[in-house]
Amino acid sequence: MTLSTMLTTMGAGMLRTCTIFFLTLLGALPLGFVIYFARKSKIKVLSSFTKIFISIMRGTPLMLQLLVWYFGPYYLFRWSIRGYRFTAIILGFVLNYAAYFAEIYRGGIESIPAGQYEAAEVLGYTKTQTFFKIILPQVIKRILPSVTNEVITLVKDTSLAFTLAYQEVFSLAKQISASQTSFMPFLIAGIFYYIANYAVAFAMERFEKALDYYK
Amino acid sequence: MILEMNDIKKSFGNLNVLRGISLNVDKGEVVSIIGPSGGGKSTFLRCATFLENIDSGEIKYMGKTAASTDEYGNCHYVSAQELREFKSCYGLVFQQFNLFPHYSVLKNVMDAPVAVQKRDKSEAAETAMEMLRKMGLESKADSYPYQLSGGQQQRVAIARALALRPEILFFDEPTSALDPELTGEVLRVIKQLAEENMTMVIVTHEMPFAKAVSNHVIFMDGGVIVEQGAPEKVLGDPNEERTKSFLRNYSQ
Ligand SMILES: Nc1ncnc2c1ncn2[C@@H]1O[C@H](COP(=O)(O)OP(=O)(O)OP(=O)(O)O)[C@@H](O)[C@H]1O
Ligand SMILES: [Mg+2]
Repeated sequence: MTLSTMLTTMGAGMLRTCTIFFLTLLGALPLGFVIYFARKSKIKVLSSFTKIFISIMRGTPLMLQLLVWYFGPYYLFRWSIRGYRFTAIILGFVLNYAAYFAEIYRGGIESIPAGQYEAAEVLGYTKTQTFFKIILPQVIKRILPSVTNEVITLVKDTSLAFTLAYQEVFSLAKQISASQTSFMPFLIAGIFYYIANYAVAFAMERFEKALDYYK
Repeated sequence: MILEMNDIKKSFGNLNVLRGISLNVDKGEVVSIIGPSGGGKSTFLRCATFLENIDSGEIKYMGKTAASTDEYGNCHYVSAQELREFKSCYGLVFQQFNLFPHYSVLKNVMDAPVAVQKRDKSEAAETAMEMLRKMGLESKADSYPYQLSGGQQQRVAIARALALRPEILFFDEPTSALDPELTGEVLRVIKQLAEENMTMVIVTHEMPFAKAVSNHVIFMDGGVIVEQGAPEKVLGDPNEERTKSFLRNYSQ
């Protein structure tokens, strides 16, 4: 196998890795807020359920969660769903990361002093305005470092999709390296992950800088 | 009458913080509230501004009832929707300023008029600049709160409250969080507002200031009004022993 065929094959894998990465963020970043609000809900059943959910998501390996989402429907209910593999992967990643994001959001939201809410309330802002105009921008600034950490972890975690035999970079590197008895695929995969993380760190740093105009 | 509060009671758990406090404020009047720590002064202002719900009593702004208590002792507030309309009647200046750190000074002052009162943006900006000028801060319009001193931040907070054109302004120890050399600039702008006949209720520990600025002084302790009247009387020659000892401790 020439280097260029190797790169082409693995390039397709990189694309799949990126797909997992972006779909996970697209789903988990907003879902984290939903989970946070559910956890804060006055409806006892909902908040307790959410709390247990978060603790399971954070307390068990993501690899195991992926297996459960993928094989669960069949083993438990004898449902076999065609083309379910990719959905199971995204479902697993989104739910897991949303739980982590929910906790990050919680820390951020709870760190905003009560005086901000009170000032907004006295000035007559509605609850929605207060959240979106006053609270959320400050929360975003405060949680950015933790979110960056989480996103960098996600870049590396995408490799867990190999558990469900999904042909992303890591799975391909393993396969090609075994079949070609070559070290090259590992090197390519390593460089890919490194560059991806570098890009993430760079983008997040720019974002943090953009929010540096206030303290 | 701008504000009528009758027989306000409020407790936290089994701690009775307000035990029947009444206060009427006429247009143009300046009322100072003094008293020892934990006496319920802040709680009273928070009840007046609906940050806390009263347990019983009556609150009226401009003759309109916001909260009342029926003959069975149950307290009722008007609907949240109606309560919102009362918010343009009053402003509150906090001890800790509570400016919005992510907004520039100008945006801090003009955002609520636009977002809450739906005023025209350019008109709101003009009003905001006018208020900042009044506070001696027009050159700081584009600064962010963290770039200002405490005294300047507090004056921005006053401008922010004024921009909504309230009928009455409440101050909760507006200079307590400030270094001593910065209190003067804040007290000065409040005095200036008093001269312009702004209706105000001021919780303060600055006795000479209270004496100079107010028409009426209330001494509050243990959730009740111990003594009230003209500033010269209450601060100069009080009747009650508790007032006397408070003032004595204070001047030491
Ligand atoms: N949200 C709350 N929950 C429980 N207790 C409270 C709450 N707010 C105030 N208190 C208590 O009520 C009492 C009166 O408090 P308040 O802040 O009104 O006093 P104050 O007269 O403003 O005192 P200071 O001069 O120190 O500001 C205090 O004992 C305080 O601990
Ligand atoms: Mg107080």
